[in-house]
Amino acid sequence: MTNNSSTTAVRFNKVSRYFGEVKAVDQVDLDIQDGEFFSMLGPSGSGKTTCLRMIAGFDRPTAGSIHLYGQDVSNLPPYERNVNTVFQDYALFPHMNVGENIAYGLMVKKVSKEERAKRVDEMLELVQLAGYAGRKPSQLSGGQRQRVALARALINHPKVLLLDEPLGALDLKLRQQMQVELKAIQKRVGITFIFVTHDQEEAITMSDRIAVFSQGGIEQVGSPLEIYEKPASAFVAGFVGTSNLISGEVARRLAGSENTFSLRPEKIHLGATLEASPKDVISVDGVVRDVIYLGLYTRYLVEIEGGIDLVVVEQNLKTTSMDVLSAKGRKVKLSWHRDHINPLGG
Amino acid sequence: MLNRISTYFYQRPKLVLALFLTPPLLYMGVVYLGSLFALLINSFYAIDDFTGLIIREFTLKTYAQIFTPANREIFMRTAGMAAAVTIADALIAFPLAYYIAKFASPRLKTWLVIAVTIPLWSSYLVRVYAWKLILAKEGILSWFINLLHLDGPLDWLLSLPGIGGSSLSLSPIGMFIVFMYIWLPYMIIPIQTALERVPASLLEASSDLGAKPLQTFRTVILPLAFPGVVAGSIFTFSLTLGDFIVPLTLGNSKFFIGQAVYSYQGTAGNIPLAAAMTMGPVTIMIVYLLIARRLGAFDAL
Repeated sequence: MTNNSSTTAVRFNKVSRYFGEVKAVDQVDLDIQDGEFFSMLGPSGSGKTTCLRMIAGFDRPTAGSIHLYGQDVSNLPPYERNVNTVFQDYALFPHMNVGENIAYGLMVKKVSKEERAKRVDEMLELVQLAGYAGRKPSQLSGGQRQRVALARALINHPKVLLLDEPLGALDLKLRQQMQVELKAIQKRVGITFIFVTHDQEEAITMSDRIAVFSQGGIEQVGSPLEIYEKPASAFVAGFVGTSNLISGEVARRLAGSENTFSLRPEKIHLGATLEASPKDVISVDGVVRDVIYLGLYTRYLVEIEGGIDLVVVEQNLKTTSMDVLSAKGRKVKLSWHRDHINPLGG
Repeated sequence: MLNRISTYFYQRPKLVLALFLTPPLLYMGVVYLGSLFALLINSFYAIDDFTGLIIREFTLKTYAQIFTPANREIFMRTAGMAAAVTIADALIAFPLAYYIAKFASPRLKTWLVIAVTIPLWSSYLVRVYAWKLILAKEGILSWFINLLHLDGPLDWLLSLPGIGGSSLSLSPIGMFIVFMYIWLPYMIIPIQTALERVPASLLEASSDLGAKPLQTFRTVILPLAFPGVVAGSIFTFSLTLGDFIVPLTLGNSKFFIGQAVYSYQGTAGNIPLAAAMTMGPVTIMIVYLLIARRLGAFDAL
């Protein structure tokens, strides 16, 4: 290993997984560092879950190899890998109570009863469910089941914890609360978390790094900031947040090159002048086509010269909804800083 | 007009419920429970030994006859056969049901389920007589055993007291084989249904938490499939308990409950004793269901 400051927890080496003709995962290379909160983000069918299942051992690569802390585990069964999974449907055993569910991993490894009870109590404490050991999973709410599933995985001290869209079934408030809690638990236990999600906001909130998946491959790996500010492809620019994609003749007029560039809606100023030296500012005239009032902010659809529609987002700091809605049909001047233009590769 | 009728019923859900439930409740209440009740009443009557007429007065005399050594033996023999058939069916059915539920592709699954249930489309009598021919001394099974030079072990098996006989088609072993075959679908389908309801993620979770396949089977699959096994065993056990065709066709002079009931109500004309004999299997099944409930077989329903 060449990198001294960190150890590679999981390494994908040209990993492919085909289901018949379908290339679910195609030639993926990826390094995940020890102790990282790493998210695999992508739409359904992009290969992120298959990658997770291959780390867990539920699926095996058609080609390539997967390494866990230097060991090739490509063909090891799940029960011989030191990783644990939190399942999307939690997969709690319905015929066991909460305590038995959490102790399951220790039970099959024949850990003594006293030791089991002690560690179950610790885990219940960690996930804030002390006193729930005797309940059946069917008596718990979604959020509580989620915590039990987490405790059941963490009690085994896995080297890597895999989370397969674990917050998908929770309502928004609970989901946001669990995001914060998961992140705090990860900090406390110091285990590498690999988190699969299709929710870009979730990925940005929790992750140290994100891999954006599309059609069986990785489009970009980077910190949330890099992914958002410097999307590497049109797919990333469109999937993570909203982006205006501009190419061709209009692109040359605005940025000096016909190559496609992306521009975030919130970077565009509507009407008001930008405080920057004029050579750094790009301006264009347009007509407001549509206005969508969203409370915290308003989304405008502005048609600029050349017949292209740009999405512009402005926070509703001083305006009222009346002001906002009357903007429809008005002629406006759009401007943005040259630095916010993000040329896309290719 | 049709619209008005629909609306009328839509606004009166209780009436709809009553209309739906009345026929089955009538059937269950009058025909089914009624006949059971008639059976119960008759079992408390007795027959006059001289005239052969039924005396319609409450008495426990008939029940006392059940506990004669000969009748006790009939009960033990029948319950033993039912238990043996149930255990054998469960052992055969489980792997097959597991394969159908967890491994077979959707297409293959359809075909396998059809294959399992297809024997139920043909008459039970025909299948019993077919087996009589298969098991007969000159039958295809004997021929095959001969071919394999296994007639020695077969003769030894048939010479065993209690389960042997002059040939497979006239012995408790033959009855056991036929019962096992006849009731097998009733064991496979409930187990398959129970296994079908076990999500794949539970098996993955078990393996993920470090359980080897055998541990997963013991701690997750078996407990969750258990209600299916019990449901199947209720069929195989009770159907064997009450059957009289198979013992009549393949049995020897040693009676089974069904046979005894058949002869008491027929040639002997002793309806009270037949009724009392029938209460035996009913009681055994009630005890069986209570034990099953105690074991938690119905918890997951």
